[in-house]
Amino acid sequence: MNALYALIMVLALVIIPLLGAGAAGWHVLFGVIVPYLAFIAFVLGFIYRVVLWGRSAVPFKIPTTAGQQQSFPWIRRSRIDNPSTRAGVVVRMILEVLLFRSLFRNARVRLFREGPQLSYGSSKFLWLGALAFHVSFFVILARHMRFFTEPVPVLFNWMETLDGIMQVGVPTLFATEIVILLALAYLLLRRLIDSKLRYISLPTDYFALFLLFAIVISGVLMRYFLRVDIVDIKTLSMGLIQLQPEVPDSVGVMFYTHLFLVCSLLVYFPWSKLMHLAGVFFSPTRNLPNDNRMRRHVNPWNYPVKVHTYEEWENEYRDKLKEAGIPVEKE
Amino acid sequence: MYDAGKILIGLVIFLLLLTFPFWFSLGQASYESPDLQLPEDKEECIEDTEWMRKNHMQLLDDWRDTVVREGKSIYIGKGGKKYDMSLQKTCMDCHTSKEEFCDKCHNTASVDPYCWDCHVAPEEVANGQQ
Repeated sequence: MNALYALIMVLALVIIPLLGAGAAGWHVLFGVIVPYLAFIAFVLGFIYRVVLWGRSAVPFKIPTTAGQQQSFPWIRRSRIDNPSTRAGVVVRMILEVLLFRSLFRNARVRLFREGPQLSYGSSKFLWLGALAFHVSFFVILARHMRFFTEPVPVLFNWMETLDGIMQVGVPTLFATEIVILLALAYLLLRRLIDSKLRYISLPTDYFALFLLFAIVISGVLMRYFLRVDIVDIKTLSMGLIQLQPEVPDSVGVMFYTHLFLVCSLLVYFPWSKLMHLAGVFFSPTRNLPNDNRMRRHVNPWNYPVKVHTYEEWENEYRDKLKEAGIPVEKE
Repeated sequence: MYDAGKILIGLVIFLLLLTFPFWFSLGQASYESPDLQLPEDKEECIEDTEWMRKNHMQLLDDWRDTVVREGKSIYIGKGGKKYDMSLQKTCMDCHTSKEEFCDKCHNTASVDPYCWDCHVAPEEVANGQQ
């Protein structure tokens, strides 16, 4: 049911440009105004969320990470999994951001032979699917820079050549397009097939997947099936970049659909779980060094406590203590 | 804010990457659609301009397969006119210059077709550029 809600919402997002840019012909609205507004909304929303996270309190450091903490010199410590230095944290963050080490640890729990025995197994598929999706998405994003730069930097040309190195068909089939479709299909089916996952999945979980699916499919359709004139599209996109918007007539409705879906993603992004793009850098179990025993971390919630030390107490009652024959530290 | 310095540096790097196209195009002349050199003595292409713009790559690919694998080499174009399926003898008979015609759009769209791995561009060969 949750999946159905999300699917209906994405279909609604597909229909809007079909009617607006297709039937009604509001090309300036869908080609210029909506993209600008979406971009601004993305940037402002992103900054807002990051600043909000930055301002939230860190009451304590979380040392319970996988790996032996620094202890006696004869106990081997885990420098990356439980770092006590900044360098260790940097390595751990880099591995987390680029290789998703936390997902690599993903385990599956099963009841063995329906009996009382519980078994834990390694489960790498989520890690593999996530990595395949994110890498493809990044390459696809970088490839799109050919529409926003002139002359196109050679780096993007190389990425494109590498991506289409199999030289299948015309225009050349990009490997990332196949990979991202397979990865998205896996990430979606995993939620739909596993009853436990289906139970905890919310409409927003499916919405992101369906929206990405719609974006990829509209892009693939535009490139291989319902062709559009790419040079006209570049005129439009470069106009947007150089703040001199110009809307060529011949750009098809397929393009406006693709663009509108991307704009929807941009607007949705800062307010959704997709903000893990920034959130991964704010993971307390990943970005805090385990140096609790070397450096004092002060809880910002602590209010100033009025302290009365033993020394002060003794000073106050020294005479009486001596009188009563109770030993004192200072005579 | 905790680690304000680090967070702001991260945010600035992200925004710089995000706005890369904007500052990359700063100080550049405003973008113009490529101006193609069209043949002077011919009135029409084998199909509509609009159709050719979107589908020429598919057409050439089909031609190659039809000629090489099936041995047929006659293409019936717009208005029932017959053409020889040949990049060099038909297409580049009119669009003689690769540089002034093909490359212009291909460069701006960052497309690198492998036509010229085998074929030669007549004008560039005549000028000794290839």
